[in-house]
Amino acid sequence: MTETKRTGEPLLHVEHLTKEFPVEAGVFASRMNKKRVHAVEDVSFDIYPGETFGLVGESGCGKSTTGRTIMRLTNPTAGKVIFDGKDVAKMNKRELKEMRRNMQFIFQDPYASLNPRMTIGEIVSEPLQIHGVMKDQKERIEYVRSLLDIVGLNPEHINRYPHEFSGGQRQRVGIARAFALKPKLIICDEPVSALDVSIQAQVLNLLSDLQKEYGTAYLFIAHDLSVVQHISDRVAVMYLGHMMEDSDWKTLYAEPHHPYTQALLSAVPIPDPDVQHARKRIILSGDVPSPIDPPAGCPFHERCPIAKEQCSKGEMPELREVKPGHFCACHFAAPNPIKGSSVEL
Amino acid sequence: MTEEMEKNEVTESPVTTDGDIDTSAPARTLWGDAWSRLRRNKLAIFGAVWIVLMILVALTADLWVPQTLGSPTEADSTTMTQDSRLPPSPEHPFGTDTLGRDVLCRVIYGARISLAVGVLATAISTIIGLVMGALAAYYGGIWDTIIMRLADIFLAFPYILFVIAMLAVIGPGIQNVFIAIGILGWPSIARVFRSAILSVKENDYVDAARAMGASDARIVARHIFPNSVASIVVYATMNIGGAILTESALSYLGMGVVPPDPSWGIMIQDGQTYLATQPWLMLMPGLAILTTVLAFTLLGDGLRDALDVKMKDA
Repeated sequence: MTETKRTGEPLLHVEHLTKEFPVEAGVFASRMNKKRVHAVEDVSFDIYPGETFGLVGESGCGKSTTGRTIMRLTNPTAGKVIFDGKDVAKMNKRELKEMRRNMQFIFQDPYASLNPRMTIGEIVSEPLQIHGVMKDQKERIEYVRSLLDIVGLNPEHINRYPHEFSGGQRQRVGIARAFALKPKLIICDEPVSALDVSIQAQVLNLLSDLQKEYGTAYLFIAHDLSVVQHISDRVAVMYLGHMMEDSDWKTLYAEPHHPYTQALLSAVPIPDPDVQHARKRIILSGDVPSPIDPPAGCPFHERCPIAKEQCSKGEMPELREVKPGHFCACHFAAPNPIKGSSVEL
Repeated sequence: MTEEMEKNEVTESPVTTDGDIDTSAPARTLWGDAWSRLRRNKLAIFGAVWIVLMILVALTADLWVPQTLGSPTEADSTTMTQDSRLPPSPEHPFGTDTLGRDVLCRVIYGARISLAVGVLATAISTIIGLVMGALAAYYGGIWDTIIMRLADIFLAFPYILFVIAMLAVIGPGIQNVFIAIGILGWPSIARVFRSAILSVKENDYVDAARAMGASDARIVARHIFPNSVASIVVYATMNIGGAILTESALSYLGMGVVPPDPSWGIMIQDGQTYLATQPWLMLMPGLAILTTVLAFTLLGDGLRDALDVKMKDA
């Protein structure tokens, strides 16, 4: 399934994307050595039409910033974001508006992402109004009602306000809004992490149903590997702004090459007490280094169980193809490099 | 409402199209909710009723006051001596002043001036404050620095002295009073509005609108303004009371309304000499100021609670 989709031109091509934020220093701080937060460093990946690309990593690793930079909610510091053949970073206002017709965003917090002073009908029809689609009001209302029906809400509630709905229902409103223009790509920024587990599954199922129907591609950002596994064709792991490993999800779960990926996978709970008890968890020592002052060499070397001297020197190891379609940024990349900790899925 | 919400939370099932919200109930707007909350706040309603009553009396004064109570400004020189400083009586409910004019009549016409100054001055400072606050918050950076430092400079001077200095330049008179109070009142409104916008701007729905391709104007008009205006409504309501107080103080000091026009401040100044013997001369306009300012404060306080989106009881 995965292989057949990855042919032809990618829908989104991200190349050496870098985003740095200046750290607010005092008035008298020297301009020369201004400190910067290295949120995203040299990230590259492709998303093909209709596929789901999962981006995982712990809090603060730059996955959300990657999503926001692709959407150009913030401007990239360097690198290219080619969407549908055009560089998003170089677009003017008009091109950007046109691009946003085809790229939409689903937010993490369903309580903050809906304007409390607008009815859900107004919220869902806003993208249509902005882009001048369906000028006829009757037609538009009919369409919004059908969208609400598709995402599993009662169309009769079109005139209700967001505070009258539960978290899961609000997230459905956000999904209806994102699908209103039938975009080619939707960036889902942790769309289920604020929801109850039982509702998470419903929303994930809804997202995959909609994908089957409309052929939309997803950039699915999450910190939960089990959620990503459920929905993704391809998964990339980020650590401290860097891409560590990128592969189709089956290979990544069965044969993680990067010690960080392995550690992450070993932390995924398995709903079988015997298996859960028998397997070995990899406990990483220390904390994530500060993105203001990242370590030299591999950003993971301070915590890596198999790090050698060369890891702490020079540049970040390059993302190299360890197997066809499987990329890993580690000098010692090998299937399951930490012994006795392979994960059965 | 709360019960209904909880029910929704629990009953969310794969089939959410089931009537898990009672569709027969009319959809309630946030302003509707706010009104129902305000209605249960007795003090706020008392304030609102008092303000409406004052406005009605002040607006209709020309129709009935001169016939029953006499002119608020002109004194009749033939009857002045026997009418001077009469105590309250059925004929003159608030008594009469030194020139034999009815105090109630002057309090009513004074209400006209006070309310006009309060509302117009607040309107001026609100408009300036909204524009300045919006520019500072939405564009930030150098705009924010310039506007907010300017506001700091305005706020650094004692307010009443600043107004007096301005009136000394442009001259006294009712028109100049509300211009001076209005122009000098913008910094606090700008600050309140700026901080309201800054907090609203961080919400995901503003990013959502940008991600949809909405223009700056649309984002401000549809998303930022409706969500930050509540604090301005509250602040402006209370500010009206403050402006009335300032006007009275200015008139008392002789910098505001010019006699013989009736103003509560002037009446207090006229009456203070007779505080020991004819206290109503000072007491009545003083009570008028007290109740009016209190009414605006109570209403503003009630509005603050009612417009708080987080209070979702019903």
